[in-house]
Amino acid sequence: MRAAIVRFPGTNCEFDTEYALKRLGVETTIVWHKERELPPKIDLVILPGGFSYGDYLRSGAIARFSPIMEGVREFAAKGGYVLGICNGFQILLESHLLPGAMKRNENLHFISKFHHIKVVSRDNPFLSKLEEGEILNIPIAHAEGNYYVDGESLERMYEKGQVLLHYCDSQGGYANPNGSVDGIAGICNEEKNIFGLMPHPERACHPLLGSEDGLKMLKGFFD
Amino acid sequence: MRAIVTVHLKEGVLDPQGKAVHHALHSLGFRNSEDVRVGKQIVVTLRGEMSREEAEREVTEMCEKLLANTVIEDYEIEIIP
Repeated sequence: MRAAIVRFPGTNCEFDTEYALKRLGVETTIVWHKERELPPKIDLVILPGGFSYGDYLRSGAIARFSPIMEGVREFAAKGGYVLGICNGFQILLESHLLPGAMKRNENLHFISKFHHIKVVSRDNPFLSKLEEGEILNIPIAHAEGNYYVDGESLERMYEKGQVLLHYCDSQGGYANPNGSVDGIAGICNEEKNIFGLMPHPERACHPLLGSEDGLKMLKGFFD
Repeated sequence: MRAIVTVHLKEGVLDPQGKAVHHALHSLGFRNSEDVRVGKQIVVTLRGEMSREEAEREVTEMCEKLLANTVIEDYEIEIIP
């Protein structure tokens, strides 16, 4: 099992992500964004969190044009699994590899704390090891996580099982830290091989960090 | 030649910054502020000779490709000779 983790200028979660994957016994390679191709024989590409290009213009707007994104696009077109975490999710949205866009958080604050999320759909490789309605506790850390998609697209995404995660309180009730449409925390594409979420599973990968729920999620990719 | 590009969230897309500024104006006593939208202005200085139409075409492409995220944002272009 092998994963590639892409590093852009300003990425800062590549080592946490590497650490989490190592705990799952996954071999990892960090790939610089100037590369055009991904290493051969990988099972997953992760676009990790951080502040690629300083979040200038819009989060992910400039990283989208990095050479490696051509390789990511090709890998995804062949059915390869791609996961964008936080800034990685923003890059996938800007690339139009996932539907919708991110706005500033509703309260305009950078929010950094543990938050509960609930599995909406497990009919995909990422969350297949979890139960529908299962509640996880995973850190969030972002200023632009206010997910927006128009009503019509949202309806279609629910029908196709593309809405993966909702923010919630510890009991699974409605809670929305950033103003996202329907409290959405994670989505995937129609083909269910490209995934994006704002919470950081790699920061919940050890009992010492307060939660191992992130490992439960990442495991899904490595059967 | 310069192009002044104004980018703002589309009508109907809730603008959290605009809302906060609107509230601030109200608390300062500006009761006539009915709605506030916050956008950004990007000034692009263009190289070489080109007609207004050519400039508009090129800056439109810049907007579509990078300067605006047309999923949530609209843009306006003003060309200054």
